[in-house]
Amino acid sequence: MSAGSEAGPRPALGSWRLRLPATLLVGAAIVVTWLLIAAFGPAFVAHDPIAVDLAHALLRPSADHLLGTDSYGRDVLTRLMYGARTDLQMAFFGVAGPFIIGTIVGLLAGNFGGIPDAVLMRILDVTVSFPYFVLVIAIVAVLEPGLTSYYISLTLVNWVSYARLVRSEVIVLRQADFVLAARTIGIGEIRVMSHHLLPNAISPSVVFVFTDAVLTIVLGSSLGFLGLGVQPPAAEWGVMIAEGQLYLATAWWIAVFPGIAISLLALGFSLVADGLAKLLHTAP
Amino acid sequence: MTAPPLLSVEDLAVEFETAHGPVPALQGVSFWLPQGEVLGIVGESGSGKTVACRSIMRLLAGNARIRSGRIEFEGRDMLALDERELGRLRGERVAMIFQNPSTHLDPLMTVGRQVGEALQVHHGVDAAEARRQSIALLADMRIPEPERRVDSYAHQLSGGMRQRVMIAAALACKPSLLLADEPTTALDVTVQAQILDLLKRLRRERGLSIVLVSHDLGVVAQMCDSVVVMKDGKVVESGPVGDIIERPRMEYTRRLIASQPSLMPPATFATHAREPILSLDNLSVHFPQSRGMAALLAGRTRHVVRAVDGVSLSLARGETLGIVGESGSGKSTIARAIVGLAPTHSGGIVFAGESVGALSGADRIRFQRAVQMVFQDPFTSLNPAFTVAQTLAEPLRQHRLCKPAEIPARVADLMRKVELPAELLTRRSGQLSGGQRQRVGIARALALEPQLIIADEVTSALDVTIQAQILGLFRKLREVMNLSLVLISHDLAVVRHLCERVAVMRQGRLVEYGATADIFAAPREPYTRELLAAIPRIAPPSPVTDAARHPA
Repeated sequence: MSAGSEAGPRPALGSWRLRLPATLLVGAAIVVTWLLIAAFGPAFVAHDPIAVDLAHALLRPSADHLLGTDSYGRDVLTRLMYGARTDLQMAFFGVAGPFIIGTIVGLLAGNFGGIPDAVLMRILDVTVSFPYFVLVIAIVAVLEPGLTSYYISLTLVNWVSYARLVRSEVIVLRQADFVLAARTIGIGEIRVMSHHLLPNAISPSVVFVFTDAVLTIVLGSSLGFLGLGVQPPAAEWGVMIAEGQLYLATAWWIAVFPGIAISLLALGFSLVADGLAKLLHTAP
Repeated sequence: MTAPPLLSVEDLAVEFETAHGPVPALQGVSFWLPQGEVLGIVGESGSGKTVACRSIMRLLAGNARIRSGRIEFEGRDMLALDERELGRLRGERVAMIFQNPSTHLDPLMTVGRQVGEALQVHHGVDAAEARRQSIALLADMRIPEPERRVDSYAHQLSGGMRQRVMIAAALACKPSLLLADEPTTALDVTVQAQILDLLKRLRRERGLSIVLVSHDLGVVAQMCDSVVVMKDGKVVESGPVGDIIERPRMEYTRRLIASQPSLMPPATFATHAREPILSLDNLSVHFPQSRGMAALLAGRTRHVVRAVDGVSLSLARGETLGIVGESGSGKSTIARAIVGLAPTHSGGIVFAGESVGALSGADRIRFQRAVQMVFQDPFTSLNPAFTVAQTLAEPLRQHRLCKPAEIPARVADLMRKVELPAELLTRRSGQLSGGQRQRVGIARALALEPQLIIADEVTSALDVTIQAQILGLFRKLREVMNLSLVLISHDLAVVRHLCERVAVMRQGRLVEYGATADIFAAPREPYTRELLAAIPRIAPPSPVTDAARHPA
């Protein structure tokens, strides 16, 4: 009843008005820059990311090697750019699987309720009751070290986050009048879920995707550092840091630059998540 | 005027700072309130009535700025006070009660501590004394068993009791002014009547002055000495309540009065005999209470809520049936049971000669098309992700009512039927007003060319002038399309205006059922009489003075 205090409903995806939050713009700029670097960067460098050239090992940053070389004489800048490809791929596939599976499970559980919902939620409780990192690392170790194992492991563990988010939204929405209205018109369950529930339930998950991407990259790099992720000599930021840590005192550039790269990309994703949350009126 | 008024507001201007620049909320608002009187501020949503009321205590949202004007209360210049002095006045000299007592009471505090809090803060009394005074206050508010209720929590009380507790807390320090912002809007009509009676008594016994903000002219007419009519942040007119209601000078006030359902003409009868389209035969809807694991293990029997208990009704083709009752009476559950959104426990629903429970396959789909529902809340009844065009096209496509190429033409036709401009088709529901949304909801129901429409409190979320328009639309649609209508409402005046037959519900049972004119003229049941007596009414504007003012 009072003027000026109208909070308004949360806008659905696709109904965004202009006036994007600054955090979203800055974050998107950082992420897009990394995407461009990953796509086109390697075309502009003359060095090979893998070939060993011991004659040029441990060189300081110079005109020829802008970010120096590592202990095998590989150009750090070149490896950083190839590493961007690996890490962005990791962010994408590490999130896509859990997002898709979790959303579908959450939608079905939230909409139908009953025994399937109860069973799914108990599976979810069991999954959540294990320490997250330990579980991911354990699954990767049981399979075999590498990216594919990492994706499988993340999908097995991380779908629960999305399932829980979507389910809690759907449980509220399925009682909403517009969903009841759709049912009285005779709309089938599948269309109710895909057209009426999903678009209105997905916003918090979309925000979480970007927060999750940060976690995925950091965890993936950590696995690389531990030797369970991307295998050397392939270029990956975590692997690069692991290789550089021995030389931190003498050749700091090997580990520091990939460290900065991870931080920047993570910052970009975090800002996007923050901005999207503001835009969609949902908590990150 | 000899004595200075208790409260005077002069030429007040308030604006909200928004991302799009300052938006004026109040412009040149003036009113005053003599000691011991009741002032009504009436207007529709967005009129600035709440802002006007809150700026008296300077309890405005963070982005509100009082730009100019003067507020004087008990001789103090309120705009010159600092926060500390204001804090002393709030609760001590001026108190406020709000629309929704369930959100304005702390769920973790007992009633007694909440009522006693102001006493402890302002008068420095100890906990035992605060408790003693709280019990006395609760008793004065006519709360039964105050010694027991003082230890209750808000959720253990009914809506009316909560509002009494709010008033008790507000009056704990014996303030001279009570600001009441829509204090009865969330309450049932009989409870509203009780709360209004309480406020009247407090005014009489304590000499309390009240500023009453309301959208309901009926409430204002009943309670107030003078009234301020507001629209778009400005005062339209103000004066003694009798003058404003009997001889409104401004067009807007006249429209507001004419929109009062209690002043609308009663429904007229069509006398020719008609076949029944819908009948409920001893219908019951029961909901099992959700049972905890402990209850299950203890083998306790399930508790069942009888939402609808043995109701028999019938409705003829082209007729309008009103179902009235207070919250919890089961009136909405009946609506949901008819369209299949609530399970029927026993009894039958017969539609156009066929038992609905026995329908299957194509017959079931035919029934789904023939009975459509319009929902109460226009803000949640449309999918926010859909445009208006998508919302209206969906039922057409689902039931293959026309070739895909014809859908735009059919949608345009629906928009004409509910009197909406075609420009709105590309908008999403977030970009529509409440009245427009409700029209889209009606158009969606009409898309399937139904024979029966069930309208569940379709106007209760709307402003009174918009409500009058929507009711007019229903009247027109019923005549043009020979629609049958079940109108569910808590508002007896709305039902009298639109319905030929009325069913009065209470606690899941049918109390009284018959022709509207008969029931309004001679209610048989005490509950119906109580319900009728509780409607706040206003006398119609006198046509004589109107003619006198505009000599022909």
